[in-house]
Amino acid sequence: MARINVNPTRMELKKLKARLKTAVRGHKLLKDKTDEMVRRFSAIIRENKKLRDEVEKDVVGVLSQFSVARSLMSLSDVELAFAMPSVSAEVECDTSNLMSVAVPKLTLSENRSEGALPYSYIDVTSEADYSVELVGKVLFKLVKLAEIEKSAQMLADEIEKGKRRVNALEYVMIPSLEETIKYITMKLEENERGSRTRLMKVKSMIAERS
Amino acid sequence: MLGKMAIIGDGDSVLAFKAGGIDAFSVSHPEFARDLLKKLSKEYQIIFITDTIAVEIDDLIKKYLTMPYPIIISVPSKEGSNGYGIESLKKSMEKALGVDILFGGDEDRNQENN
Repeated sequence: MARINVNPTRMELKKLKARLKTAVRGHKLLKDKTDEMVRRFSAIIRENKKLRDEVEKDVVGVLSQFSVARSLMSLSDVELAFAMPSVSAEVECDTSNLMSVAVPKLTLSENRSEGALPYSYIDVTSEADYSVELVGKVLFKLVKLAEIEKSAQMLADEIEKGKRRVNALEYVMIPSLEETIKYITMKLEENERGSRTRLMKVKSMIAERS
Repeated sequence: MLGKMAIIGDGDSVLAFKAGGIDAFSVSHPEFARDLLKKLSKEYQIIFITDTIAVEIDDLIKKYLTMPYPIIISVPSKEGSNGYGIESLKKSMEKALGVDILFGGDEDRNQENN
């Protein structure tokens, strides 16, 4: 592992030791965080899969039902009937904090009066009524799916980043710090031994002279 | 913050969602969806796209993956799902875990049945 290019002094040694300590602690914390994120993610992704299967089935049902209804009416009639929806679905969009990842939190606030259809009964076939009712039912699931799927995607991204950081610390930062510290300590010891032999030599020379 | 929902689809079938209070947009060609999505992403918080279109503009959808909003979700078209949704699920799972924890088991079981 590459050694960091620093002067082998006590000052640098002290700094590097502090950095190593931070790196080790940061590595442990990040690793714990990533592990927990992975645990949460696997729970979320399972739920996501289940919900998606359900929603896909429901949506196909709604759309094919609607296309039946649509085929019984002329295009202009359909457009007329659905152009001005009497219900408006609004979602309350917040962000919640999931393992310090800002994930969306959605609540569907629906001002829907029960059984109200956005058109008069004369224009529209009963198939269309039925498909509109189905849309209302599937809407809750769709919003839930949107929330969960987005959370899963964002969490996946964050986990990937976290893993990269943990690996960088574990395999690059910490080894190179350790090696540099070892290099400096050895260099300092070497210097010490050097000065000691010099002192001994000087002492013997002084003893000879007197 | 109150958000709005939109759906982009091919053909008229998405009009059904209009009755549920979702703004429906129908495009005849996936390339139009690209521009439409860019425009809608500023205005709408949740955008559903039928997966036949989503496959074509996959690269654009990926750009929105890491932001909290807008949320872009694929839904199947009336012919049924083409697997785009499940595919993107798999991708995010492989990204995070490196292994397939949901679908691997199913495939094994299918192979046994075959």
